[in-house]
Amino acid sequence: MDSHPFEEHIPRLRRYARALLRYVTRADDLVQDTLERALTKYALFRRGTDLRAWLFTIMHNFHINQIRTASYRAVTVEYDDAEMTPEQTNDPTALRDLAIALEQLAPEHREVLVLVGVEQLTYGEAASVLGVPIGTVMSRLSRARERLATVLSGEAAPYLRRVK
Amino acid sequence: MSESPQPVSDETLHAYVDGQLDTARAVEVEAWLAENMEAAERVRAWRAQNRALQALLDPVLDEAVPARLTESLQRPRRVRPWRAAAAVAWMVIGALAGYALHDWRTPPVVVATPFFERAAVAHVVYAAEVLHPVEVSAEQQSHLVQWLSKRLGRELRTPDFAPLGYQLVGGRLLPGDKGPAAQFMYQDARGARLTLYVSTPGPDAQPTAFRYEKEAGTRVLYWVDRDLGFALVGELEQARLLDVAHLAYQAFNF
Repeated sequence: MDSHPFEEHIPRLRRYARALLRYVTRADDLVQDTLERALTKYALFRRGTDLRAWLFTIMHNFHINQIRTASYRAVTVEYDDAEMTPEQTNDPTALRDLAIALEQLAPEHREVLVLVGVEQLTYGEAASVLGVPIGTVMSRLSRARERLATVLSGEAAPYLRRVK
Repeated sequence: MSESPQPVSDETLHAYVDGQLDTARAVEVEAWLAENMEAAERVRAWRAQNRALQALLDPVLDEAVPARLTESLQRPRRVRPWRAAAAVAWMVIGALAGYALHDWRTPPVVVATPFFERAAVAHVVYAAEVLHPVEVSAEQQSHLVQWLSKRLGRELRTPDFAPLGYQLVGGRLLPGDKGPAAQFMYQDARGARLTLYVSTPGPDAQPTAFRYEKEAGTRVLYWVDRDLGFALVGELEQARLLDVAHLAYQAFNF
């Protein structure tokens, strides 16, 4: 059976999902939801545009909806080491601190840091994935970097999740 | 020229870190940073953040992809042979029904028999299609309408079903009973599909009221209006199908 065009993007979708949700199972659930939604919307995909950015957009929208549901919030406040990846629990201290710091950032800061810094999207691509103007991407990125540095230096109170 | 008199903005510095500047501008920023140690220090810290995030997250790329994820992509394909078989069964039923009616029908043609069945078969075949449900997508809506109007020799339209939650996916040209037919496909937010089939049922077609048929899980609402036969097909409640049909009827009459 030949592979589906989405298949080659799965590893990067998983990487991004893991930045958004530390728990492996939840992150993979998000990837699966994204793939299934993408299949039903594939007819609307415009050929010639970037498939990866399109998939990231779907994942972003799914994740935003998750954040807005109460059940999701109830789960994320638990902190269960057992469900984390082996890599993360065996990480050198610095990476472990970074993982914890990343989790303390506001979701929009976490997203922009990873889309630009890890996924290496252009500011324009990140803007289209997040559904915001490019100027917003740049100002969020600037604040996110400042915030990450503050959290890592141990001076910040943990980020409190907002209830919208 | 190599010395920038005014300070480089923070925005530019971030763009420099993220490789978003063109080479010429990057070279200018680099020269400026050589003389602005404090800014250079911030740039270094941001770069370190990017590298640390990569070190944290890149190992995910080397993990084996869980089977359930690749399987989720294959699942819709697996049902396809079954759907194709259903479509073939439809055609056989249609052909048999057509043949049976052929012998004993009275001269006034039973207008809608062939076209609504063709519409149902076309729906079963194409609504299940994941990769190529339409020939021309909604992105090229005006081209789609012009093309199909020309082929059918009638002024066609793509009714707006958005008030009922359905967006146009696109359309395709199909063989109808007496010539070409058009199929427009719509889809709701959950991916449920609805098709509007338009054909020219022939000179002896009589206008009809909305008629409803329910077969093999697919529901068809059809009518003949002036010289066009319309069939709306989808897995919807009759009342809801009727709501959509009213929008289609209005689109072609006002």
